[in-house]
Amino acid sequence: MINRQVKEEFERMLGNVGEEPAGSWVRVGMDTGGIAAGADRLFTQLREECAEAGLLDTAVLRAGSFGYAWIDPLVEVRTDGKPSVLYGVVDESVATRIVNEHLSGGRMVDGHVIAPRRRGSSLDQPVTAILVQDTSCEGGDKSLFLQSSIEDELKAHGLAEEIQVVRALDMGIYQEGLVVQLLPSCVTYTNVLSRDIARIVEESVSRKAVLDDLLWTRKDFQDRIVLRHCGNLDPESLDAALRAGVYQGLADSLAKHGAEGVIEEMKASGLRGRGGAGFPTGVKWQLTRKSEAERKFVICNADEGDPGAFMDRSILEGDPHSVLEGLILAGYAVGASKGFFYIRAEYPLAVARVGKAIASARKLGLLGKNILGSGWDFDAEIRLGAGAFVCGEETALIASIEGKRGSPEPRPPYPSVKGLWGMPTCINNVETLAAVPWIIVNGGEAYASRGMEKSRGTKVFAVTGKVRNPQLVEVPMGTTVYDIVYNVCGGVQDDIPIKGVQTGGPSGGIIPEKFLETPVTYENLQALGSIMGSGGMLIMDENDCMVDVAAFYLKFCVDESCGKCAPCRVGGYQVLQLLIKISRGRGKPEDLEQIRRICTGMQKASLCGLGQTAPNPILSSLRYFADEYNAYIEGGTSYARKRKRALAEGKSLKEAV
Amino acid sequence: MNAAPLPPLEEIDPALSEEINSYLEEWKDKEGNLIMMLHEIQDRHGFVPREASLLLAEATGVPMARIYEVLTFYNYFKLVPPGKHNVMVCNGTACYLKGAGRLLAELESRLGISDGDTTDDRLIHLETVRCIGCCGMAPAMVVDHKTLGKLNPTDMAGLIEGIRKREESGNDQ
Repeated sequence: MINRQVKEEFERMLGNVGEEPAGSWVRVGMDTGGIAAGADRLFTQLREECAEAGLLDTAVLRAGSFGYAWIDPLVEVRTDGKPSVLYGVVDESVATRIVNEHLSGGRMVDGHVIAPRRRGSSLDQPVTAILVQDTSCEGGDKSLFLQSSIEDELKAHGLAEEIQVVRALDMGIYQEGLVVQLLPSCVTYTNVLSRDIARIVEESVSRKAVLDDLLWTRKDFQDRIVLRHCGNLDPESLDAALRAGVYQGLADSLAKHGAEGVIEEMKASGLRGRGGAGFPTGVKWQLTRKSEAERKFVICNADEGDPGAFMDRSILEGDPHSVLEGLILAGYAVGASKGFFYIRAEYPLAVARVGKAIASARKLGLLGKNILGSGWDFDAEIRLGAGAFVCGEETALIASIEGKRGSPEPRPPYPSVKGLWGMPTCINNVETLAAVPWIIVNGGEAYASRGMEKSRGTKVFAVTGKVRNPQLVEVPMGTTVYDIVYNVCGGVQDDIPIKGVQTGGPSGGIIPEKFLETPVTYENLQALGSIMGSGGMLIMDENDCMVDVAAFYLKFCVDESCGKCAPCRVGGYQVLQLLIKISRGRGKPEDLEQIRRICTGMQKASLCGLGQTAPNPILSSLRYFADEYNAYIEGGTSYARKRKRALAEGKSLKEAV
Repeated sequence: MNAAPLPPLEEIDPALSEEINSYLEEWKDKEGNLIMMLHEIQDRHGFVPREASLLLAEATGVPMARIYEVLTFYNYFKLVPPGKHNVMVCNGTACYLKGAGRLLAELESRLGISDGDTTDDRLIHLETVRCIGCCGMAPAMVVDHKTLGKLNPTDMAGLIEGIRKREESGNDQ
């Protein structure tokens, strides 16, 4: 049965929003990272210069993070009818050139273009521009040579006027020699040699024939579901969100699926909690739905505390309406009347944007009484965290919202039975909720078609550390760590050999280089002694010291231990003392055994996830990098001093010696 | 630090009590309001004054000890006034690996204070934070709510000089 009233109400709402205004626009990536790189100044500058240049119908817009964190700030430009062009590392002078050359003159700005990630295989449309980049690391940069060679060749064919050749900043392809991309079809050629240039112009540009021997056919590894709107819409505008299809899932659910239908779809999708533990979301919702109570709550856990992780911040800053829609859908499915966003106070921009999203959704009737005429009431509010890592744990988070210190409670009873103010409560992570509307609109099966084994769908990772291009990536589950590091993020910084990849933050472990080919799934990471965690992925190179890193993570957990249970409070401290002793070169072989014993005790006896997982970084480094611990123990104080000096100067051990 | 003795209720600045009342007005019917009101107080003053806690305890009936339990548990809340300019060095893992420690050491030696302290003239407060989520720009810092990224120890001298110059010229921005 279809509730016609809801359907008509939503259609009326969409009708009021209207079509996206035609014409040119410029979008500036204004998330915290972008703003730190100067995006807010760019925004004002672009507005002023567009007005000065008489470009009155060019809209200067705000967007969330595009994901390419290493080349912030980013600006996307669309001029009438043409595909949009993304620019990176845009400073004041580049912004001026964008206005003068691109918006006024219709020519791209050289050296700053980020190539589209689409890979074309046919040349139906005439070539309008050519992007070039030298992606090999050895030798000098040959991009300039490639650019001028193609330009000369085009001249010989009388095409130089119509087709611009532009050096790209990044093409999403690494270590594949000279790369050429023909726009707008996105046919991409790799390992181009100088003798191929004439062929490319002659055959591909003039005769629209694809050169199969050079064609790059591998699809981009990224598959953006959760990040579908990040960078593509103004996060502070509900109209933009509605135009992009946000809240369609809510309207469909209220009109036809019903709460049970939503839960069925979630189960079919195989979505598991993206906060780290990986509990199936559909099952969680059903458990909460089954609990009888006068009131129920849903909570969005946005207390992203893992150092080195910024997925949740980027999602909240880039697409707050989709997360809100996910929370409303969760509320609808479990039968809750109220939802809370629990957001870190350290993320003021995310707090402001979610606040704005809630207010505008309430004003339009997507929140509050009788949502879309369905007769169902639901409202959402924000509660701020206050800098306690342990509050990412469900029961501690609940205590914090209630206004108490964030101490965890033993489970069971689980929050789905007895949670906030003793009522059944369903807590989901930001990324989980952001995936929900997509699943409702596209169907659970479409989501489950991605991924492998028991890990379905996609996962967002914040890849940072000693990687060439630190960024936000979203890949299907089952992608290997190697592909993420080398084929999406461009490999290691300065080409120093990689030592390991840390996942899961202070609760995770280190995957050594020899296991990089492991497909990323919840189970595989666990088998390697790490965890999926919320999605931080830190690349460490040969210069990083594993004993030092293990101590860094443990110190974090010791500082953040709430002190309620002894295994975590005392155990963590004791292990840290032993690690410090070893790192000063005063350790003894039996200390390692002692560390293992205490760690096992913490894993088994701690009350909550913090204490249970705090030993993971130590145990996994002991497992794979025991030689580094032994080097400290055997080398004594003189070795320790050298190592410390090397770390302080950011050098390798050899250079420091 | 020794806490000053608390003044009797009637001697507390009426402006402060008016301020607390405005928060109570806004939050009284909402659930889970204590931490949110403490956030409002800290946003306004830069720390949570004891007098404000006392007024809040008086008005809400929540014992002062419970309020202090919350204030001392969470890292974010401060009980003493911060320096005029706040320099926060991010010590998230990405920043740590890329040399946050070197930034901190440089700042400590230039300012002559250690992490968590304020200079004698109460001008600059130096602290480390867990992670500001700008790992793409590591190592990063937040200076007076402005995030700076991809820093070197050699940038620190200019940064401190910049704060001092702005202060001398009387321009807070």
